[in-house]
Amino acid sequence: MLWLRTLRLGVKSLALHPLRSGLTMLGILIGVWAVILLTAISQGASDQVQKQIESLGANTIIVRSQKPPEEKLAGARASQYGLLRSDLNMILSSVPTIKTAIPIREIRRQFTFRDRVVDGRLVGCTPGYAEVNSLEIRQRGGRFLTDADGIRSDTVCVISAGVAKKLFPYEDPIGKRIYIPESTDYYNIVGVLKPRTPSAAIGGSLDSQDFSSDVYIPIETLQTRVGDTIVTRRSGQFQVEIMELNQITLQVGSVSEVRASAAMIESLLKRNHADTGDVAVVVPLELLEQARNLRLMFLGIGILIACISLIVGGIGIMNIMLASVTERTREIGIRRALGAKRADIVQQFLVETLVLSVCGAALGILLGFLGPYMYQGLIYVVREGFPDKFAALPDAIREAKPTIVYETIPLAVLIAVGVGLISGLYPAIRAARMNPIDALRHE
Amino acid sequence: MSATDAYRSAESKWSPGSATSPRKLATSIQNLEKHYVLKSETVKALRGVSFDVPEGDYVAIMGPSGSGKSTLLNMLGCLDKPTRGSLLLGDDDIARMSDDQLADIRSRRIGFVFQSYNLIQQLSVVENIQVPLYYQGVIGAEETARSIELAQRVGLGDRLDHRPTQLSGGQQQRVAIARSLMNDPYFILADEPTGNLDSVTTEEILTIFDDLNAEGRTIILVTHEDDVAERAKRVVRLKDGKLHKDEPVDPAVREAAREAQRRNVQQILREGDR
Ligand SMILES: Nc1ncnc2c1ncn2[C@@H]1O[C@H](COP(=O)(O)OP(=O)(O)OP(=O)(O)O)[C@@H](O)[C@H]1O
Ligand SMILES: [Mg+2]
Repeated sequence: MLWLRTLRLGVKSLALHPLRSGLTMLGILIGVWAVILLTAISQGASDQVQKQIESLGANTIIVRSQKPPEEKLAGARASQYGLLRSDLNMILSSVPTIKTAIPIREIRRQFTFRDRVVDGRLVGCTPGYAEVNSLEIRQRGGRFLTDADGIRSDTVCVISAGVAKKLFPYEDPIGKRIYIPESTDYYNIVGVLKPRTPSAAIGGSLDSQDFSSDVYIPIETLQTRVGDTIVTRRSGQFQVEIMELNQITLQVGSVSEVRASAAMIESLLKRNHADTGDVAVVVPLELLEQARNLRLMFLGIGILIACISLIVGGIGIMNIMLASVTERTREIGIRRALGAKRADIVQQFLVETLVLSVCGAALGILLGFLGPYMYQGLIYVVREGFPDKFAALPDAIREAKPTIVYETIPLAVLIAVGVGLISGLYPAIRAARMNPIDALRHE
Repeated sequence: MSATDAYRSAESKWSPGSATSPRKLATSIQNLEKHYVLKSETVKALRGVSFDVPEGDYVAIMGPSGSGKSTLLNMLGCLDKPTRGSLLLGDDDIARMSDDQLADIRSRRIGFVFQSYNLIQQLSVVENIQVPLYYQGVIGAEETARSIELAQRVGLGDRLDHRPTQLSGGQQQRVAIARSLMNDPYFILADEPTGNLDSVTTEEILTIFDDLNAEGRTIILVTHEDDVAERAKRVVRLKDGKLHKDEPVDPAVREAAREAQRRNVQQILREGDR
């Protein structure tokens, strides 16, 4: 009961200067808000990264061809680089932990059906590609590539949802043939895929993949029909690029084998590619761990900002309370004369700072809950207002959906209350130390 | 058991200082000294003051500025401790009490009325009256009823929810008097209670004091004005921190002063009407 009265009195005293009390709360409010919002954003961003990487599979090792640094190719009209089929054989014969290996060759091509044309990616691969990349066949959409297709080097293909929509807006694609003008070849369509969301790029080592305009054929077929040499015409010049494989996606039996296998593969590849630097080994598991570190960093920055804000808030509270103690010296004198003990005065001022900090924290939490919407509003504004800037943002930021981490809420409140107590203690003790006679005489 | 009962039972064990005085004592001061130690010097504000105040007395303390009146009153009010000598309230010698014990006595047994009213701005009339009980424990329905009764008693029954800033000086001082009665005190201490008031309001306040004293309340007030001092039963004069004179006021003089002031006020009111 008495406690309630003290609380009521505190609120009353604060209500005497609403603006001042509000401004004092601001520091705590921003601190709590920052904690909640920043942890939510970092959680959202890391969820996003995690999802991307998990879609690649934690037990996956990706070996990719990459263009060697330009000067090494300087002058050469024909460039030959990248993974070799012999690399694949070497890996398969020397790394026993490998369960699946999918060689991949990707070429940009035009696909036509009657008068309809679509630009896309011709992907040579093995049947396992569908499972590794979570590609699914559309209902009553035929089948994916089979081993038999590969063995016979059949001119069959499976088309993605995007290609199907553009080339066959009205008819059923199954059984139809698409034509590739650049290699003057027809391919029988045996399957149509469900739409798949693009996979985002991971750092600099793995580009984003948009599966919507792909056409999949057996890699053996691609090898015999197209070969390793790609000729492109750029600004009147022919450019020749020779490459056997763009990528080998490897899967090991269990996550614990990933590191050792990756290290082994790397050392194997060094034999053929040591000086050219034209292959890269990407281990999603390691990226996953990097993403975790990134998240911790994010969290750290968030906590740092929050701490600064809370310290500023605490100083604000202390400042205001010191002013308030001076201003209310007379009141303190009256209360002391009428029987208040020192402890009563300490309590009175502490309650006020607690009310300030708890209210600040409560408003901060409220704003924190609105935070994800604000974030999305901000992203929307950037996307509509500055599309080029938006495109430059990392995917994790662009596509992050802030998720409130509920554990941070009691933590934030605890910190806010702690700050309130600590910063209120000194003014309160100063108030209580005052001699009642002097305090009563104060103007 | 109320605070007063506690006091009375404590008092029965306590033998009064003088065998010839049959009256119980509200307080007894013996050789009271108060020194303020400053950097360069020591100010001796009180230099050995002794006197008793029986219950039901009405004492006016007078003396030139700096003679130690406020210092004495502060010690009677347990706001400060004597440097030497003793000041007895019931069984308790305040010279030997801790800060918290003094606070406790202030909240239970002393009523203060100040020159500048000293109400708390953010509290209403009723809440201000209740402040002394606030530090004793729970304030229940009974206490609230009593505070309203006291507000009515000083003529502020229709202003219970007003804030101090919405009241005149005289009204504020009446709230302060009601507040001083809330804890049923040993005595009411008033340091120049009418110093800020005009003669009409002064008369109002003094009339309340007269009534309270007639009911048996002990009142000790400090004043510079002879008019005010003549309303008391006894005048104690200080000079340079010592007791200069301690004499009763002749009841006839007292009655005359009361009559003269009443007439004076009536005349002022009549002039105001015209
Ligand atoms: N806190 C203090 N520190 C030092 N000296 C003090 C203090 N309080 C009072 N004094 C000194 O003690 C003496 C008595 O002061 P006190 O206030 O009791 O006088 P007073 O009789 O009430 O005067 P007035 O009529 O002007 O109110 C004065 O000389 C004063 O300067
Ligand atoms: Mg004085």
